[in-house]
Amino acid sequence: MSDIDIRKVLQEELNNIAPEADLASVDPAADLREAIDIDSMDFLNFITAIHHRLGVDIPETDYPKLVTLDGAVGYIERKLAPR
Amino acid sequence: MVEFRMPSLGADMEAGTLVQWLVKPGDWVKRGDVVAIVDTQKGAIEIETFQPGQIEKILVDLNSKVPVGTPLALIRAEGEAKPAAAAPQPPPPPTAAPPPPVAAPAPPIAPAAAAFAISPAARKLAAERGIDLSTIGGSGPGGAITYADVERRGGVPAAPAAPTAPSEKKKPPTLDLAAMRTAIAAAMARSKREIPHYYLEHQIDVTACEHWLAEKNASLPPDSRLLIGALAIKAVALAVRRYPAFNGFYRDNKFEPSPAVHIGVAIAIRGGGLTAPALHDADQLPLDELMARMRDLIQRTRAGRIRGSELSDPTITVSSLGERGVEALYGIIYPPQVAIIGLGKVVARPWVIDGAIGPRSIVTMTLSGDHRVTDGHAGALFLAEIGKLMQEPDKL
Repeated sequence: MSDIDIRKVLQEELNNIAPEADLASVDPAADLREAIDIDSMDFLNFITAIHHRLGVDIPETDYPKLVTLDGAVGYIERKLAPR
Repeated sequence: MVEFRMPSLGADMEAGTLVQWLVKPGDWVKRGDVVAIVDTQKGAIEIETFQPGQIEKILVDLNSKVPVGTPLALIRAEGEAKPAAAAPQPPPPPTAAPPPPVAAPAPPIAPAAAAFAISPAARKLAAERGIDLSTIGGSGPGGAITYADVERRGGVPAAPAAPTAPSEKKKPPTLDLAAMRTAIAAAMARSKREIPHYYLEHQIDVTACEHWLAEKNASLPPDSRLLIGALAIKAVALAVRRYPAFNGFYRDNKFEPSPAVHIGVAIAIRGGGLTAPALHDADQLPLDELMARMRDLIQRTRAGRIRGSELSDPTITVSSLGERGVEALYGIIYPPQVAIIGLGKVVARPWVIDGAIGPRSIVTMTLSGDHRVTDGHAGALFLAEIGKLMQEPDKL
């Protein structure tokens, strides 16, 4: 799965959580919690959606690596990469 | 025959608009089934029946706005004679219309569509595409079917595909935020006018909760993980059992304690709204169940799908600002309740334990209490009890 595909999936899921947010204009390096106003329940739903759609299980201790869009894309890419 | 009436969903509600019937004459309903959707200032609310039986007659047309208490439908209780079978009774008055023809063999349960947890938008999409709901795996809380689930299921469009407008997917929930603001203003103004508030705050060490959660969540998939908010709600629910003067309603110049503990969970609506529907019997729920119900409640509330009973019967409210924001929140009591608990964000602080200073995770918990019912002394004991309960998360 390419960087672009992963980014698209993440944007779709973030859009389900924050339908009014214009993700194209969100700085990919910005903290999503502030950039699109998501709380801990929203973030948990985001992690759950990634788990369901991409099969990537993200332990709680890794949450800080996923608070920006760039960070989340990179993290998932590494997790999906063949070892 | 029992009349199913327009319920009152809060002290400030006078009328509601019936926007959708989920049942038709002849359908059987159980206690707690959602039978209709009513539009109010707080958004579209799913209205349940508390009378099991068979829907005899619908009395109110779609999109009519009627006052609270207006009969909406007639429900015949199980075992109650059908009007057609009531032949031996005295002859009806001459003006009475002949009984309506009874529907052909009624299905024993409500229509399948009503039995699935599914958002209105997802239901609509499934109907448009002719997808049987039982063939869709729900990924939402409690297995609820989401819009995305229906999309993923695909299915052949029933008609020469009029492609779904892309704009429809982005449509925000159908909540009227201006009307919601009016409702919030009315309730809060009434509270400040009528309730003599007092305020207390207590700093609680939640390090034990955090450690316990980290360990527990490490072995759980994301959809089963717990948040610290669920622990706080359970602790409040257990504490009010010991301090019942904070749990109930102030009506007609007296306090009525509630035997049940229904925690109102304050939920922020995107775009600027707030509502606090009930998490029913929170004191009875194991933590995993409580968390699942809280997730479901928040998701449904934000999608504009609260149930009538959830709006009308919270017995005490908990408002949490979450991990962002500020350290303390002083709530305004939602009448006719008599207390609200506020939770700020968890912060790392130097703390003295056994004579030594160390870093701990601290949350500031506040209580706004109603002086007509309790005073600061009782409030202090109540807050301290919540703090004590949070030191032993494994017992919550």
